[in-house]
Amino acid sequence: MKAINTMKLEIESRSVNESFARVAVASFISQLDPTIEELGDIRTAVSEAVTNSIVHGYKEGKGKIYITVSIFENAKVTIKIRDKGCGIENIEEAMQPLFTTMGGERSGLGFAVMESFMDKVKVNSVVGKGTSVTLEKKINGRFVTKW
Amino acid sequence: MKLEFSGGVLTAFIDGEIDHHTAPSIRETIDKTILQDKPDVLRLDYSGVTFMDSSGIGLIMGRYKLISSCSGKIEVINIPRNMAKVVKLSGIERLGRITIKED
Repeated sequence: MKAINTMKLEIESRSVNESFARVAVASFISQLDPTIEELGDIRTAVSEAVTNSIVHGYKEGKGKIYITVSIFENAKVTIKIRDKGCGIENIEEAMQPLFTTMGGERSGLGFAVMESFMDKVKVNSVVGKGTSVTLEKKINGRFVTKW
Repeated sequence: MKLEFSGGVLTAFIDGEIDHHTAPSIRETIDKTILQDKPDVLRLDYSGVTFMDSSGIGLIMGRYKLISSCSGKIEVINIPRNMAKVVKLSGIERLGRITIKED
């Protein structure tokens, strides 16, 4: 299916960019007149995915994070967050709620939040090459969709 | 962030956004004060929080571990309603008194 509108963003793997990334994505999606709750869900899910790239993909080191947002017919949105970091060995295990490799301060809820706040979460990862997370959500919005 | 210590209760009024970027400095300030004041209760007041992802939960879990190791209890109060979803998902209600802000 062909996207009606797209946005691409490339950011450095720095924690200060987490806030920018979620605000930029939410801002692009605003054209669909989402509800406050839908926007909140998207900001939170994007924050989790970008944080994963920084913390796990690049181990807090240097790298680039690539974000592509696409809007399709019927107000379906996909957000792809990709890194060229270390990759995930066992995706199934990484997606288990409360699984964390980082101990005390990480809640292990990143994927659980993404899965509960979005309609679909797809993860592709190759060890040593990187990870891409695709988040999908249909925006029901405040009005009947204009598209 | 404002901190208040009275009657054995240390209250931390957290404001702004809690994510992986902002959590470390919030954590350091609270932990330093816990070790110094040795409160019976650590009360995190989330009323000024404008955004949080799972780092806001990690912050509660980490402080719970520290305060428990000092035989204290944790309370989290005034969590804004639009952040209740993350809280419910996490199951942290088991750790202590966790309350959502009434509108």
